[in-house]
Amino acid sequence: MKKIGHQDPLWVKAIIHALLITACLITIYPILRIMTISLRPGDRLMSTSLAIIPPDATFLNYKAALFEKDFLLWLWNSLVITLATAVIGLSLASTSAYAISRWKFPGRNAMLIFLLGTQMIPAAMLMVPLYLLAAKFGLINTYRGLVIAYSVSAVPFSIWILKGYYDSIPTTLEEAAMIDGASRMYTFWKIILPLTTPALAIAFLFNFMNSWNEFMLARIMLPKAGMFTWPLGLQSLQGQFTTQWGVYAASSMMISVPVVALFLYSSKWLVNGLTAGSVKG
Amino acid sequence: MNSQVVLTALGQVSGTVFWMFVGFMLIEVSIWAVGNKVLKNKNTLVAMLVTPAFVGLGLLLVFPLIYEVVLAFSNMNLYHFRNPEFSLLNGLDNFKRVFTKPVLQSTTFVPVLLRTFLWTSQVFIHASFGMLLAMLLNRPGLKFKNVYRAILILPWAMPQVISALTWRSEFNFEYGFPNILLNRIGLPGIQWKADAVWNFIAMVLTNVWLGIPFMMVISLGGLQSISAEFYEAADMDGASGWTKFQNITLPLMKPVLAPSVMLGIIWTFNNFNIPYFINEMKLESSEILVTALFRAAFNFSQYGFSAAFALIIFALLFSMTLVYVKWTGALKGVTD
Repeated sequence: MKKIGHQDPLWVKAIIHALLITACLITIYPILRIMTISLRPGDRLMSTSLAIIPPDATFLNYKAALFEKDFLLWLWNSLVITLATAVIGLSLASTSAYAISRWKFPGRNAMLIFLLGTQMIPAAMLMVPLYLLAAKFGLINTYRGLVIAYSVSAVPFSIWILKGYYDSIPTTLEEAAMIDGASRMYTFWKIILPLTTPALAIAFLFNFMNSWNEFMLARIMLPKAGMFTWPLGLQSLQGQFTTQWGVYAASSMMISVPVVALFLYSSKWLVNGLTAGSVKG
Repeated sequence: MNSQVVLTALGQVSGTVFWMFVGFMLIEVSIWAVGNKVLKNKNTLVAMLVTPAFVGLGLLLVFPLIYEVVLAFSNMNLYHFRNPEFSLLNGLDNFKRVFTKPVLQSTTFVPVLLRTFLWTSQVFIHASFGMLLAMLLNRPGLKFKNVYRAILILPWAMPQVISALTWRSEFNFEYGFPNILLNRIGLPGIQWKADAVWNFIAMVLTNVWLGIPFMMVISLGGLQSISAEFYEAADMDGASGWTKFQNITLPLMKPVLAPSVMLGIIWTFNNFNIPYFINEMKLESSEILVTALFRAAFNFSQYGFSAAFALIIFALLFSMTLVYVKWTGALKGVTD
């Protein structure tokens, strides 16, 4: 085994672990509280207890969210809009990223700067024109409207990730295939895309998460309760005087657990994508 | 939730995807016909590959921006929704109003702007704590490193809306844990939602909790890429821990930190969810620029005015970023 550098003395180790454990507690406690509240029975929601697992834990709130509230409807609305968005976003990004990676065509640098510039535009800034345009075209309270509005929002970042990945695939692969008579598009489709699967998965995930967690645009585009995506639904559960805290917490748990699991699983590649430009430069 | 809802959703969404696909195909075929057959240009394939994405960005990003500029020169609001007037005078009036009249009911532009700067400056807290945690995690031979890392990354992984709504309910005076903890140690609870100063602090606390993990992960990535030889050489010369940090760690981390701090600044400046949700009582003293913009547009229906307001915010962010990029060279090598 490789020689590990010098080790810290015991007391330094103790301090490091103490600091890290404190940080972990501060990090995780608010999240555990969601679980605590989701497990509380309805008559004990308002409680000043700090126990993590309440003594009379029950799954009634989960049952209520699933069968009495519109939780499943919100999930369905979010899922349909998000999947369509991610498919469109990924198809647009994967092709243009390939061109940007492989050819030095005129206007390429301008495109890269433009893509980076789009990241600076505050989402709030586009709200007014997007809302007024959507109203003009009758897209308020439709799935269609939100799919269109979301479709390109993650494209610049996806192009960025995918370009970095294509850059790492040697061009000799395509050259060899083309000497054998394959067309450029055939090579892209049959050789390059399959090799890019990990990056495509990450870009897909990023597109997906981007619309899945979006609140502001959905807030103004979908005022009707039956069209709510899950962020709007959860907010409606937290109305000021009728807080249905237990149901809210149970719904939050059911949404967060898969999202967090996916995120932890993919975080390594996501971070690589984020830092790709800087590490190389 | 019934079958009709399911069918409506599927019908609408698949129709949308289908027509977008048809539209892009038409574009592709015409580029191919013109580029390949008429002009015989060697860049036709490139054009075919990049056009769909940039047409999409043009229609849904650039066009709305242009429309926003047009709107800024209109008197559009709830009373003039159907028949807005567009004129230079309206535009000048809108831009003047941003600086001279209250942007919401009583608060004016300058206090909101200064508050936004104060709000954005928390990125340095994210970065320093993120860096500190990363350095702790990066000690050689640290046990449970992956467990710590997985836990510390959780706030970034959580859907932001859920974090914001949850923190908001935890700032409840009676039943939220910060006040329960304060009461347990004998201190009075804090009016997190009603008090102007504490509400702003609540916003910052929430966002610091959310912002540290990103900086930690980025810093950890950077630290791991620094070769141990630098430190070994410094050790031989008898350098102290602080000297090593100052002369090895910081300079080598700069290419990693500079772009991520820039991202952090842009994200924080533009952060809507946290200030919007934590400020449950709609205190005007807690508004930052983007939330004030949202309220001016959608609570007060001042569309023309909001468009002008949005353009000013964008100009501000744009110049801040340019200065930052010039100053740190954060974007070196992006066009490689």
